[in-house]
Amino acid sequence: MTNGWTDVANADVVLVMGGNPAENHPVGFRFVMQAKKERNAKLVCVDPRFNRTAAVSDEYVAIRAGSDIAFLGGLINYALNSDRYHREYVAQHTNAAFIIADGFGFEDGHFSGWDADSSTYDKSTWSYELDGHGHARVDPTLQHPRCVFQLMARHYERYTADVVASISGCSAEAFERAAKVITSSGRAGRSGTVLYALGWTQHSHSVQLIHCAAMLQLLLGNIGMPGGGVNAQRGHSNIQGATDMGAWNMLPGYLKVPKAPQTSLAAYNAANSPRALRPNSMNYWGSTPRFMTSLLKAYYGANAQASNDFGYDWLPKIDESANHSWGQIFDDMNEGEMEGLISFGMNPVANGPNTPKMIAALGKLKWMIVVENFETETAAFWKAQDLAGEYYPGAKKPEDIGTEVFLLPAGCFAEKDGTFVNSSRWLQWKDAALPPPGDAKNDQEIIARLFLKLRELYQQEGGTAPDPLLNIAWDYGNAISPSLTEVAKEVSGRSVGDARQVGGFGELHADGSTLCGNWLYSGSFTEAGNMMDRRGQEDPTGLGLFADYAWSWPANRRVLYNRASADAAGRPWDTTRAPIRWDDGRYLGDVADYGANAPPEQYGSFIMLAEGVAKLFAPDFVEGPFPEHYEPAESPVDNLLHPTVNSNPMATIMRGELDPLGTAADYPYVAVTFRLTEHFHYWTKHISTTSQLQTEFFIEVPEELASQKDIANGDLVAVTAARGRVEGPALVTKRLRALHVNDRPVFQLGIPIHWGFVGRVRGPLVNNLTPSVLDPNSGTPEYKGFLVNLEKL
Amino acid sequence: MTEIVAKLIDTTTCIGCKACEAACQQWNDQGTTYGTFDGTYQTMPEVRHDFWNLIKFEEIEHEDNTLDWIFSKYQCMHCIEPGCMDVCPVPGAIFRHDNGIVDFDHNLCIGCGYCIAGCPFDIPRLSPVTQKVYKCTLCSDRTSVGLEPACVKACPTSCLTFGTRDDLLQVAENRAEDLRGAGHDNAGVYNPLGVGGTNVLYVLKDADRPQSYGLPADPAVHWTVKLWKGPVKWLGNLVFFGGLLGVLLHYVRVGPLGEEHGGEA
Repeated sequence: MTNGWTDVANADVVLVMGGNPAENHPVGFRFVMQAKKERNAKLVCVDPRFNRTAAVSDEYVAIRAGSDIAFLGGLINYALNSDRYHREYVAQHTNAAFIIADGFGFEDGHFSGWDADSSTYDKSTWSYELDGHGHARVDPTLQHPRCVFQLMARHYERYTADVVASISGCSAEAFERAAKVITSSGRAGRSGTVLYALGWTQHSHSVQLIHCAAMLQLLLGNIGMPGGGVNAQRGHSNIQGATDMGAWNMLPGYLKVPKAPQTSLAAYNAANSPRALRPNSMNYWGSTPRFMTSLLKAYYGANAQASNDFGYDWLPKIDESANHSWGQIFDDMNEGEMEGLISFGMNPVANGPNTPKMIAALGKLKWMIVVENFETETAAFWKAQDLAGEYYPGAKKPEDIGTEVFLLPAGCFAEKDGTFVNSSRWLQWKDAALPPPGDAKNDQEIIARLFLKLRELYQQEGGTAPDPLLNIAWDYGNAISPSLTEVAKEVSGRSVGDARQVGGFGELHADGSTLCGNWLYSGSFTEAGNMMDRRGQEDPTGLGLFADYAWSWPANRRVLYNRASADAAGRPWDTTRAPIRWDDGRYLGDVADYGANAPPEQYGSFIMLAEGVAKLFAPDFVEGPFPEHYEPAESPVDNLLHPTVNSNPMATIMRGELDPLGTAADYPYVAVTFRLTEHFHYWTKHISTTSQLQTEFFIEVPEELASQKDIANGDLVAVTAARGRVEGPALVTKRLRALHVNDRPVFQLGIPIHWGFVGRVRGPLVNNLTPSVLDPNSGTPEYKGFLVNLEKL
Repeated sequence: MTEIVAKLIDTTTCIGCKACEAACQQWNDQGTTYGTFDGTYQTMPEVRHDFWNLIKFEEIEHEDNTLDWIFSKYQCMHCIEPGCMDVCPVPGAIFRHDNGIVDFDHNLCIGCGYCIAGCPFDIPRLSPVTQKVYKCTLCSDRTSVGLEPACVKACPTSCLTFGTRDDLLQVAENRAEDLRGAGHDNAGVYNPLGVGGTNVLYVLKDADRPQSYGLPADPAVHWTVKLWKGPVKWLGNLVFFGGLLGVLLHYVRVGPLGEEHGGEA
């Protein structure tokens, strides 16, 4: 979230799209209800399914899964055409005025630079026109035909209400009714928030979808405002923390994993310290060398010295074109290119796309370690033929599988201390409630024992590249089970000389005198103590910032980009909702997203970006600088805007034998997966109370379709896709209706996740159906909007 | 004087999350009975002897093609004039606490099931195991020590609140007025007078049709129940005591039964 849960209560308009917070974030949803009750805020829900959020909304619009960019693009067009946007904000805080290089364009579904032979883009035209200092040229009047504002207006003028209606299946009237409410926040004195979750991230164009939402919010002047922002509701209690601490291509704090050509720390720093694109850009990623050296010092301790590039050579490097996202990992595994897997707190058989393929792939490993609270489908994959053979006819029998599986019982969240990082970016320290049962060990002990044993083997036997392990600093008081307090202090950072905790990332240095495990978390554990353990209830601004409650990254800032809540001179757009105020040479209120003592005129408001302002035009992504409506990889209709370029031309689509795609001729219905309030992911089917609240798997079928197929409520039905099938009772509902897409009816089915072939209550895995189609930027699979058939059994 | 307590359910801010169901099950240490799928999101079709708090889900399509999906919490209403208590033949087996909570004493309950017939809200349920009747206690074990009921504690949107009945009636009326101001002309408070009012109060967006929320439009204690506790009770008493009197008279006039009737052993 750019803002936070408590901040949602400041909103005048709440747009829920691609999420279902009433069901999946019911505790956070209290702040939506507070806004409704206390501010008479309007809740707009846009979703393929009339869900429990829709039930308490003021406006509900049903759209076809996968048509969100059409809807959002329509909102951009509507806001521009009806002058319902915050023009002064746009000119001040975005790159609307930036002039784009001659030659940029968009035609017939492709941006300029498309090479049909290689199916790739040459992005050279997606760039700013620069002056002699290397700064972007701008036209503050926003009139230049090649300025971002004009290009954006031209790009979205195709997205009329009628086109939105034809693509998404809502009526033009319903779109305009919702648009009017949503764009009512497009002026000073009104705030609108956007809440989204996996309904946006699980598409083959998901990153562009969220880019589009950010553009809308920038046009409406809602970024940096209390009650505004683009707010991801994270799907697990600590998935934000997991993201912040790294991925296959990210080191902690979103520092990039080095690439193969970056053979020295200097080369890495040069490649990852952008040049300022405007004279007033603070360009804070220029601090990369300070953060990277401090991270290397945390990894390698005294072994990291200036003379050896602080151990930079010991970090793994990835190829320029490498993709090791987990969707790709399973493809590689299925091709026999992997020997082993450690599945730690993850259940890929249940939550990965195309479960039959996941099961086949795991059977090709030599070994697998699963660290879990329960025996999961992943740990039990070798029993799939016995436990759910009806869904996995191709799965091998246990005796024919060579994979050696180790199931290590792990303590659950209540059995260990440490932190949760919630959607609001708050790091909340917690205590252990009770010790883990039986032989279960806490995560850090499992990791430590593995590490120490592996290091011992490398010491004794050598190996291909022992140095990265042998040089790791492991100075914890208890080497086999490090105290998480010690780890948290290391993550927050300290000076190497006197071991004093730093106060924040501003105190980190590139010369090796500081260490810090994650610069974004720097300041979470200072000389004053564990900031994450605070529970202060004071709220002097009345805006729900709660600065003394837990600790929020970065720098305990509660509203990201809060400098944009004021005009060029630092005057708040809305004096009743000013997170920061410039007062006598410093900012009061929230921790300013800006130099604390820098006069308002000094810098651009978006300090992390080389532009110094937010990017409407963003050449960072692989499929274009503006979001464009592309159909899902499996779609029942042609793309109305450009039939020859139907789906995202850059989407990652696995093409192996086990990854067939279906067509509307065989699979005429659109399916979406969803979560229920009653369950959490694939865990709570192991728990009695939650299993009682929702015992049985079911399939949501529109009443009209059920009547055509003579399906009564509770009848057993089968849903099939090109990859697999599920069976269960039909829940016949009025909440799903035929949508008229390009004048023909399209039915959608809703299929809940949560069940599987192990647990107290069991049912089919919905991912038996889903395709191995991934967003090319994030690697997230397309679980919303794939094709299926439905039959009565 | 102990103040009368109440629970307020603002159905307009209920999101049907069932946190109240889970809290009720756990606090009251109920076992787990897995439901069978009945084509809705409901945990089970009706309350049970071991499931006292049920959210009902109802889809209603209006003439203008719009849809309502109503979530309504269903549990003992803790009536001011409880039909169950009226009909119970065992004095003290069903009783009202000083704070208005209607509670069962299971040491006294004989499992006759009359209270089930006597409840206009169809709440009490007979356990096939213990042969006694169970229902929501408004967490009398929590409220007696100053805690709110478990369901209220768990509610994430604060659509459930607990307090004195007088205060909550005012809160409810204010909320209904706000809703009417926001265009919900039929918003109102459900506090049916047919049972003397209830200690569980509702704010309804459509108070003109409480049936949509699974609530009877005009609940009242059935006339047969009133008869049972009124004239018929006295008639019964007459018959009962008449019988006793007869036995006494027989004893006085004829004397104890002779040895010849029971001497074989």
